[in-house]
Amino acid sequence: MILGFVGLLVLLIILPHFLSRYLCELLTQALILSIVAMSLDILLGYTGLPSLGHAVYSGIAAYTTAILLTRYHASFPEVMIASLIVVTIVAALFGLLALRATSHSFLLITIALTMLAWGLAYRWTSFTKGENGIAGITRPDLGLPWDFRVAINFYYLIFICFSIALILMWAVVKSPFGKSLLGIKESPSRMQALGYNIWLHKYMAFVIAGIFSGFAGVLWVYYQGFVSPVDLEGIPSLEVLLMVALGGAGTLFGAIIGAVILVFFKSLVSVHMERWMMLMGIVFILTVIYAPEGISGLARKVYNRLRHSGQSTELPVSKSSM
Amino acid sequence: MFREKRGNAWAVMLLIGVFSMVFLLGPGYATAQVKPIKVGYLAPRTGPAASNAKDMVDAMTMTVDEFGGKIAGRPIQVIVEDTEGKPAVGLVKARKLVIEDGCKVIAGPLLGHVNNAVSPFLNEQKIPFLTNAASPADLTLQNLTPWMIRTVFSGPQLSHPFGEYAYKVMGLRRVATISLDYAFGYDVVGGFCKTFQDAGGKVIQKTWTPLTALDLAPYLAQVDKSADALFSLYWGSFSLRFVKQVVEAGLKGKMAILGGVTTVDEHCLRNMGDEAIGIVSSCNWSAALDTPEAKAYVTAYRKRYNLDPSYYSEMSYSLFKWLFLALQKVDGNVEDSEKLFKAILSLKFNGARGPLELDNYRNANQNVYIRRVDKVGGKLQNTVLHTYPNVKQNWIWPMEEYIKRPEYSRDYPPCPDCK
Repeated sequence: MILGFVGLLVLLIILPHFLSRYLCELLTQALILSIVAMSLDILLGYTGLPSLGHAVYSGIAAYTTAILLTRYHASFPEVMIASLIVVTIVAALFGLLALRATSHSFLLITIALTMLAWGLAYRWTSFTKGENGIAGITRPDLGLPWDFRVAINFYYLIFICFSIALILMWAVVKSPFGKSLLGIKESPSRMQALGYNIWLHKYMAFVIAGIFSGFAGVLWVYYQGFVSPVDLEGIPSLEVLLMVALGGAGTLFGAIIGAVILVFFKSLVSVHMERWMMLMGIVFILTVIYAPEGISGLARKVYNRLRHSGQSTELPVSKSSM
Repeated sequence: MFREKRGNAWAVMLLIGVFSMVFLLGPGYATAQVKPIKVGYLAPRTGPAASNAKDMVDAMTMTVDEFGGKIAGRPIQVIVEDTEGKPAVGLVKARKLVIEDGCKVIAGPLLGHVNNAVSPFLNEQKIPFLTNAASPADLTLQNLTPWMIRTVFSGPQLSHPFGEYAYKVMGLRRVATISLDYAFGYDVVGGFCKTFQDAGGKVIQKTWTPLTALDLAPYLAQVDKSADALFSLYWGSFSLRFVKQVVEAGLKGKMAILGGVTTVDEHCLRNMGDEAIGIVSSCNWSAALDTPEAKAYVTAYRKRYNLDPSYYSEMSYSLFKWLFLALQKVDGNVEDSEKLFKAILSLKFNGARGPLELDNYRNANQNVYIRRVDKVGGKLQNTVLHTYPNVKQNWIWPMEEYIKRPEYSRDYPPCPDCK
């Protein structure tokens, strides 16, 4: 698994040199959304909390960043720290509300909280400029010799941020804390019997996931140069959930695959057909029916079967390699 | 076991098929020796404004054909991309048009928030950008970017004359307003209220309905019945419901019903019944306009699409005519952006809707028509009652004063007579 991640990082370093500028921009977008998808995976795949409002933290961080940049002309590090603080507070508050419920009720509360943030961005026009959104954000100037307005330079900046996020989240899920999250997902009652504070574990996972989502939100604003209430609608959150489902929950790797596929699918197929959503829908239905563990799960199954094809065909397929 | 295996194989094959299609269906290569003039057109072809986008694209195709598909021997190639009415998608598509397709001019994208998302990128790329977003008004005021041109109109521009007309000609004194709760609504309602109040009229109530409210009945029920008139701003399916529900609410007949730019535009008038008769509105276009240019355009459009051209059609038509005439001036040299930009700025011509030219803030000065919905020959039309010629975005006020005013919003202009 570690080998796979190293391979992926190497591929991501080399790849942009072979891509056109447009595809490089798309890959940048995919990396940013990968961070959101991975952070949701901590909730969904490791803790078993299906959040349908996870992009809201990206959106809130994006708004914080945009307002700080356009009104106060803050620098990149200042913006990053301030946005992460705001997101941590929001996630801590939202977590208190959302974690009073489990499964479906939890999902509904996360939707409601998203609507709340959207309504605020939409109606508080003096602060957020309402429907028009906040425009005019340029790519960051870090005082380094590289000009981040150049697509490939910006890509590498995002790549570094992506790698940091990936390593940190990897550390979280591999830590004893991450293991206990998995335990809570599998059997909350047993974990409780073992003396774990389930609520606190869930709460911490919720806040951590929110912070990473916010981290991606800051990068998103620099990438887009723009933020509007559309970023706080339910659709982005839904898309992130689809990314995780498509790639396979419970493996950070799957979230990355899902994000890359969704971004490229959306941008490249929609050029050729207006009804690309229908095609996307078919792909999702097929995934749910035939590969409920997502693409990464499917790949693992195929790999296992090939490996054991010489042996008994009745060998059970291992469910997870975690 | 066997079944499951086959199922997985199917899924894998389908996935591979779908994704390889993405790459195989790459853009076709032009075989012509002469390089085409590539223009990108951003339109919300899916989503809530899809029907408006259809009119936009139809009209564009007609303009290209009117020029014989060529300028100075170079074929015109307009690449249309769907923004889905979302800023992020619009930006991706703008990048695709400029970087991947090599478009040297971009037109679109109708919706204000999508415009805000794509405009900084196009500006950075030094691409002339002919916007057809009417709102926000400050695009051609305080927030004018170096490469933007607005050939359509600025949000409040068409409402300013209407406020005065309502007071002086229609003799209205007390008006209530109802409108969609977003930037375009603030601009259109704000512009009307400003001149109506300046003339001496009283705005007694402002109602804002959210974009998510499909049923307007509860809002219409609250409208103050002592008003002389109700000024409204809706579009598309909102308009269809509004004209029906305003009758159901017992307001029609009690007071005059007034409409902003799009409330009874031809694009929804096609689908309206007798309930729309009598609504007075202001717009820069009417399919019943009695000028040689307008008549020729309406005839050609009806012949081709069997529909009356809407305001979206005419706006798109004149935008592309503007661009193509300027391209003719520079011998089709779309690569020299600076020269093309200057040619667009200095151009004056008669669009289907009347004489057009840009002001110093690159917004079009144009005629504003006050119209009334009539039934002529069994069909609804917007009969032109009065023409305000050559209306500027700053109306009668000096530009230096106008640009310093706050943006029109829910709270501006102030409403001292509102309860």
